[in-house]
Amino acid sequence: MKYVMMGVSCLVLVLIFVFGSSYYKGQQTEKFGFMAKENASAFVREQSQSLGSDDAKVCIVEFMDPACETCAAYFPFLKQLMDANPGKIKLVLRYAPFHDDADYFVKMLEAAKKQGKYWETLNIMFKSQPCWASHTNPQPQEIWQFLPMAGLDVEQLQKDMTDPSIEKIIEQDIADVKTLDVHKTPGFFVNGKPLQTFSYLQLQQLIESEILANYPK
Amino acid sequence: MPTLDQTSNANCANWNILFICWLLATSSTMGSVFLSHVMEFAPCVLCWYQRMCLFPLVILLAVGLFSFDKNVVKYTLPLAIAGWLTAFYHTLLYAGIIPKNIQPCTQGVSCTEEYINMFGFITIPMLSLLSFSMIIPLLIILNRRMSR
Repeated sequence: MKYVMMGVSCLVLVLIFVFGSSYYKGQQTEKFGFMAKENASAFVREQSQSLGSDDAKVCIVEFMDPACETCAAYFPFLKQLMDANPGKIKLVLRYAPFHDDADYFVKMLEAAKKQGKYWETLNIMFKSQPCWASHTNPQPQEIWQFLPMAGLDVEQLQKDMTDPSIEKIIEQDIADVKTLDVHKTPGFFVNGKPLQTFSYLQLQQLIESEILANYPK
Repeated sequence: MPTLDQTSNANCANWNILFICWLLATSSTMGSVFLSHVMEFAPCVLCWYQRMCLFPLVILLAVGLFSFDKNVVKYTLPLAIAGWLTAFYHTLLYAGIIPKNIQPCTQGVSCTEEYINMFGFITIPMLSLLSFSMIIPLLIILNRRMSR
């Protein structure tokens, strides 16, 4: 009798949990679908950096933080997917500077953009990340030794980093992070659809389903 | 001298009380996991302290239920009280009765940011306080009945 009661209550609780979860996720998907229509501008801003063809019908919006390890780990994966589907994918990078000092690195990237070395700099940043972005002992000043590898004029970069327009970009991105309810990095949206379960496979499936929907064979 | 029948009836009632405690702890745990895992609200420091008291109750009470351990209250009540105290503090903090500047968590997740507000007054710390407030009297009643 005891065992039956405990077993049944466990089962009931688990079922409530599972149904609750799927109900909640369904609601969220609906909400985001609605938001994608209502807040289309929150996904891509004029000043947002993008990679890939403007005619691509699949648009990945990634909210990232230069100091985020997972963002660094996902970057080559995204590039691979883009290479495998030439011309079909456009990647837009937005900032979700959640880490300490993240603003500092975002400013660096934006200043590098002025020298036309945005992607080179991002690449170097992600590769050298373990040296300066440790969670227990972050050493933001260590990044400077790697920056010349991206072919940057470091002195000019330091000047450009103080540009108030960069501050505005960060403010705008933080506002959009709130609107779109992003609370983890990287935060992915593919054609406005949020990545529900975070994994390489789920992201790949989401992207491929959008490719299939927009480029029917 | 109680008859055998009376003893077994009393035992059955005691088991049921303990069972209700376990149900409360388990549903609270699931609720807590739902908030953090499904709704993706990061738990703040104070929430974690309450969870440290709540989660073990699920296992301890279940073990107590299976063997119907007469000593179960001894090792579950302290946890429940510790959880209650933290929840009480958290609720006061949330309600603004204790000023925010003496709270321990300033970095990371704020302990006073409001995530849910059901019917205009039910908040997450209040749910936690409610759950501990139900478990504690039940455990005390159980202790009285068993030491009789």
